[in-house]
Amino acid sequence: MVKQESESANRPDNTAFTQQRLPAWQPILSAGIVIPGFVLIGLAFIGIGVALFVTSKSIQELEFDYTGYSNESPCSSCAQSVVANCKCSLNFTLTTLLQGPVFFYYGLSNYFQNYRRYGASKDDNQLYGDLSYFTSPSSSCSPYDYDSSKKPIVPCGSIANSMFNDTFTLTWTVNGKTNNVSLDGKGIAWWTDYNVKYRNPNVTPLKNAFNGTVKPINWAKPAYELDASDPSNNGFVNQDFLVWMRRAALPNFRKLYRRIDASGDYKNGLPAGNYTVDITYNYPVRAFNGVKKIVFSNVSWMGGRNEFLGIAYLVIGSLCVVMSVVMLIVYAKFKFPDEE
Amino acid sequence: RPCPADEVFIPPKFCDNRIVSSKYTVWNFLPKNLFEQFRRIANFYFLIIFLVQVIVDTPTSPVTSGLPLFFVITVTAIKQGYEDWLRHKADNEVNKYRVTVLEDGRRIQKESEKIKVGDVLEVEEDETFPCDLILLQSSRDDGTCFVTTASLDGESNHKTHYTVPDTERDVESLNATIECEQPQPDLYKFVGRMHIYKNNEEPSLRSLGPENLLLKGATLKNTQSICGVAVYTGMETKMALNYQGKSQKRSVVEKSINAFLLVYLCILVSKALVCTTLKYVWQSKPGQDEPWYNEKTLKEKETNLYLNMFTDFLSFMVLFNFIIPVSMYVTVEMQKFLGSFFISWDKDFFDSEIEEGALVNTSDLNEELGQVEYVFTDKTGTLTQNNMEFIECCIDGHQYKYRDASSEVDGFCVTDGPVNTVQQKAGREREELFLRALCLCHTVQVKEGFIASSPDEIALVQGAMRYGFTFLGLESKTMKILNRTNDVEMYELLHVLNFDPVRRRMSVIVRSISGETLLFCKGADSSIFPRVKQEEVETIRMHVERNATDGYRTLCVAYKHLTAEEYDQVDSGLREARLALQDREEKLMAVYNQVETGMNLIGATAVEDRLQEEAAETMEALQGAGIKVWVLTGDKMETAKSTCYACRLFKRNTELLELTVRTLESPGKRREDRLHDLLLEYHKKTVQDAPPAKTRVASQDYGFIVDGATLSMVLNSSSENNLHDYKDLFLQICQNCTSVLCCRMAPLQKAQIVKMVKNSKGSPITLSIGDGANDVSMILEAHVGIGIKGKEGRQAVRNSDYAIPKLKHLKKLLLGHGHLYYVRIAHLVQYFFYKNLCFILPQFLYQFFCGCSQQPLYDAAYLTMYNICFTSMPILAYSLFEQHISLEMLLENATLYRQIGKNAMLRWGPFLYWTLLGVFHGLVFFFGVWFLFSNPALQDNGQAFGNWSYGTIVFTILVFTVTLKLALDTRHWTWINHFVIWGSLAFYVFFSFFWGGVIWPFLRQQRLYFVFANMLSSVSAWLVIIVLILLSLLPEILYVVLRKPRGPYARQKLVQSSAGGIQSPRSSARPLLMRTFSDESNTVS
Repeated sequence: MVKQESESANRPDNTAFTQQRLPAWQPILSAGIVIPGFVLIGLAFIGIGVALFVTSKSIQELEFDYTGYSNESPCSSCAQSVVANCKCSLNFTLTTLLQGPVFFYYGLSNYFQNYRRYGASKDDNQLYGDLSYFTSPSSSCSPYDYDSSKKPIVPCGSIANSMFNDTFTLTWTVNGKTNNVSLDGKGIAWWTDYNVKYRNPNVTPLKNAFNGTVKPINWAKPAYELDASDPSNNGFVNQDFLVWMRRAALPNFRKLYRRIDASGDYKNGLPAGNYTVDITYNYPVRAFNGVKKIVFSNVSWMGGRNEFLGIAYLVIGSLCVVMSVVMLIVYAKFKFPDEE
Repeated sequence: RPCPADEVFIPPKFCDNRIVSSKYTVWNFLPKNLFEQFRRIANFYFLIIFLVQVIVDTPTSPVTSGLPLFFVITVTAIKQGYEDWLRHKADNEVNKYRVTVLEDGRRIQKESEKIKVGDVLEVEEDETFPCDLILLQSSRDDGTCFVTTASLDGESNHKTHYTVPDTERDVESLNATIECEQPQPDLYKFVGRMHIYKNNEEPSLRSLGPENLLLKGATLKNTQSICGVAVYTGMETKMALNYQGKSQKRSVVEKSINAFLLVYLCILVSKALVCTTLKYVWQSKPGQDEPWYNEKTLKEKETNLYLNMFTDFLSFMVLFNFIIPVSMYVTVEMQKFLGSFFISWDKDFFDSEIEEGALVNTSDLNEELGQVEYVFTDKTGTLTQNNMEFIECCIDGHQYKYRDASSEVDGFCVTDGPVNTVQQKAGREREELFLRALCLCHTVQVKEGFIASSPDEIALVQGAMRYGFTFLGLESKTMKILNRTNDVEMYELLHVLNFDPVRRRMSVIVRSISGETLLFCKGADSSIFPRVKQEEVETIRMHVERNATDGYRTLCVAYKHLTAEEYDQVDSGLREARLALQDREEKLMAVYNQVETGMNLIGATAVEDRLQEEAAETMEALQGAGIKVWVLTGDKMETAKSTCYACRLFKRNTELLELTVRTLESPGKRREDRLHDLLLEYHKKTVQDAPPAKTRVASQDYGFIVDGATLSMVLNSSSENNLHDYKDLFLQICQNCTSVLCCRMAPLQKAQIVKMVKNSKGSPITLSIGDGANDVSMILEAHVGIGIKGKEGRQAVRNSDYAIPKLKHLKKLLLGHGHLYYVRIAHLVQYFFYKNLCFILPQFLYQFFCGCSQQPLYDAAYLTMYNICFTSMPILAYSLFEQHISLEMLLENATLYRQIGKNAMLRWGPFLYWTLLGVFHGLVFFFGVWFLFSNPALQDNGQAFGNWSYGTIVFTILVFTVTLKLALDTRHWTWINHFVIWGSLAFYVFFSFFWGGVIWPFLRQQRLYFVFANMLSSVSAWLVIIVLILLSLLPEILYVVLRKPRGPYARQKLVQSSAGGIQSPRSSARPLLMRTFSDESNTVS
């Protein structure tokens, strides 16, 4: 009896799993699959690459350096002065229409927004509108958490403190007539940043929430007065603030400043003519050899102008085709005779 | 060590009978377990990293490394805790067991743990003994009891134990002291003596041996109850002493892992050094150290520069520490543990005869099975079945061969010998003497058939039975045999002179009814012939040698009349030797040797030991796989040689080189000189004259035969007075021979040989396979020890790493399972290093673009989950289910085994390939996205992406690429592979959405909020992900495809050759190869 029991207990299960005989698909990358596959992929990639390249080429982009290192530069005087709100202007001419929608970026070089300590120097709870963090900002904001009189700074931290504060206006001169190009500052930040991630405290007027706090040291105006024209664009949900708070990945970056309001004369973009950008020059970059730029660009379905993608697709697509030819030769030489 | 009698009863000297196999108590579990876990270098390293993260301001939160470490430590602690709880439970069951103690004439129930040395216990049938007992009284009349030691050594047959003489009658009035040796683990050795005091008489002395000792753990059988006195208790019992674990064997793969780890540690440290240096170089440039937008805190300014450097270095270490993942150890352990189930589950290993399958004692060596270069096999029970069959005997030089169909009256018939008729043969008297000798000279028990420790004895007793003499059994020292005339003959068994492998013979001394005292002796020819009258030897020697050449096991039988004086002398000599506490073995041996002289040779027996099923095929397959097979046996040369021929280890064209006692005997020369000459000659033949290995010309096949005596001469030769070191020469000869046969080996010599090969140049991987206790030493010595669940008990199985029922299973174990396990784990290891290299490299490169500020590229969640969730399951599934070549193909084509020989997949070449691949992938991931981010406005609404988008794009490419790379490597897609590979990718996408879709209240920074979703809304991000994945995999695809012109072709050819019945080519130096090759070239051209 005992023996019989042990027999059934000891005998291994005869299942496909235990016997390592599960049905299996055993793909073999044979020439018959790979060569046509490579040709197809290669052709598809070349197709996409051409489309990307053409699209990228069709994107118009105007980039101007206004840092003012050289004396010819219109802003050279502002660059050397330490006066706040120094004005300078930059002229350019469009010979053809800059197809809309046109985006207005500012760019910074050699500026390390991705510095670790810099990046950590903010208080998300504060920025989420939590009043308890207004009076005691997170220690990660240090040394921008309290001012010299030990008053809490709101918004605290390096990022907020170093917010880009050059401002620009654009005028179009055509037939001797100067028109102000209206710039739209809405929707330049991520929708989720504006609606969810950043919130003003639920206090009206907003100013009261900031009682007992001070504005960041480098700011001219407190957070609740960032945009005098639009009360809803103040506090932590100010679009320029939000754009600045989304840290750039690399030390040379551009951030969206405004969109050209597509209305009236600018329905199709910026028409040909002479333009002037009036710059309020505040932001010092010369100390670290930084460069400031303004960029006008339109975008396509793939975003801004970027030739890398198109070239990458073209190169890899042709690589695939070339390789399939090489493989064909290799196979023709070594493989096919044996298969007879 | 005999202790003075007055000291014996001091109780504190002995430990109590508590068995403690558990390691921990509730109180010390946490500290002790943690201490043991952190003694492992890897865990300690991760602990250090974790502590650095806690103490120093580091880029990643301590959670990223703390969580995996905590997970690993907790899982291990739970597993070990559970195992210990089981041990506690088992211990308690044993310790709290109620036993009956006789105290002052009363029976008292006690808990087992309260037993003290000297207590007299009563044990009932089918109970296990609670401690080591000396048997005092048995309920059986003859003062014996039967026990089975199945739980100790796996031998389930009943063993007879004897009461101490004179004690069995009345235990209550017994007054005695016992002296015994210090506790020692050998189950089969025990020396002690008992002083029995009887009212004022001189105390009488009784010797105690293993036959009086009942071991803890053994079970009483067929006996109602016994009484015994406890001699060893608790942790001093033989069972507890044997409990100690075996030494750990480490596989070559593990050594490779450690070497690779070192390389990666160097990479890690140099990365951290480079970054630290760059950071300070960069900071020394004007305006970079502390730009106005990023001022330092007061504390940072005040800290010492060098301290800052040091903390920066530590921070970088922490940032890059993921390159050595804690999860690799977990995955490797899991792979080994789970993978080993496939061996025990394999139904091909199930043997219906013993109703057992394979047994895995360790899962650490699975992959080593794919690396074996030398197989050392035992002969008896391993190559052969150890299923003995009596074939023939010879009495006084006349051959008797048993035939079932023969009609001859007495069952004898004659096939040769001088005269053909019954009357003129050896004569009835001699025949009967011979058969009586067979019936009496053994240690067989009768119990539903014959039971004995050696199958030879059963075969002999059965042989005698067929000739009309039946052994009826042994009852209270009386042996009964039924003779041809159906009369029962009675013999009083006076002494058994036990068999041992050194004497190679055994004897019994019996007294017949008529008062004659006879000694019967049987043993190997070499040990019998010198001890008998020389004139009888020649006729029998002829038969013995012929039988041996036929592959039979031969034994010679001799007898001797003992006169009364002679017997008395022997009797007292034996008793005295048995009472000795010191050197008992030697003293007994001396008496044995003294009495076993001057005997009369009666005849010889031939017993066939049939080959194991498929022994020859298995050996051929192993040799085809490039494995060298050495046969190590205690058997005599002729028998072993014929077995080798039968197993096709030696072939007809194999030139045999003999280095045995026989070849050393040459007139006029010292044996040492002759040995020297022979060694040089053979060396010249096999090593110097052998064609270079590269040429495919088949050279002569050599087989080498050496015996134990010569081997010890070789090994013990002092090398000073010789030009050549014999050992070296010997080894070189052996390594150049196809097969080596070592006969007449003592167990220790077997281990010596294994050790010698193991430590030779190139340290080849060795495997020992055997079934008996004499193979244990070599099983323990070899890299991999395989036990055969044979008939010689279970000692080999207990000490082995893997146990299989039959030799034929070795083929699948090595060529099938071993090959697959090696490929799986090698791939697992390489892949793990690779995937972490290309994981961390972008993070390293990112430091160049963020001012070396230790900014992590990936979010903490990704850093933590990468190895735990996103990429761990596919490789685990791969390493469990991959069959790059199907099992059938592996078994059919033994040569495939050579492809992975010498740790082929974990050498520096493949490692470099994988490392370069990882570097290439890392560069592609990082710089591909870097180029894309030259314009961060990647959305069609003109908005720009930030640094976390950058990291997420890189991470997405990374996860997809490493998973698809594995998919490319997978040759065997079961549904599980599909599930985990596509499931992991789906999980990654799902997790990213989820993680970025919620504002997590416990997080300080909502870094990834909607980053992933925004990334997917950008066409450019999609396009760059696709193109970079393809670019990364392109070289891999190309490599696979361009290798293919040989791949499928070779595969087809292998199928052809196996289908055509052509065995795969064997070694590049074998004649068979030439034939096979030419055959193949015929089919090709």
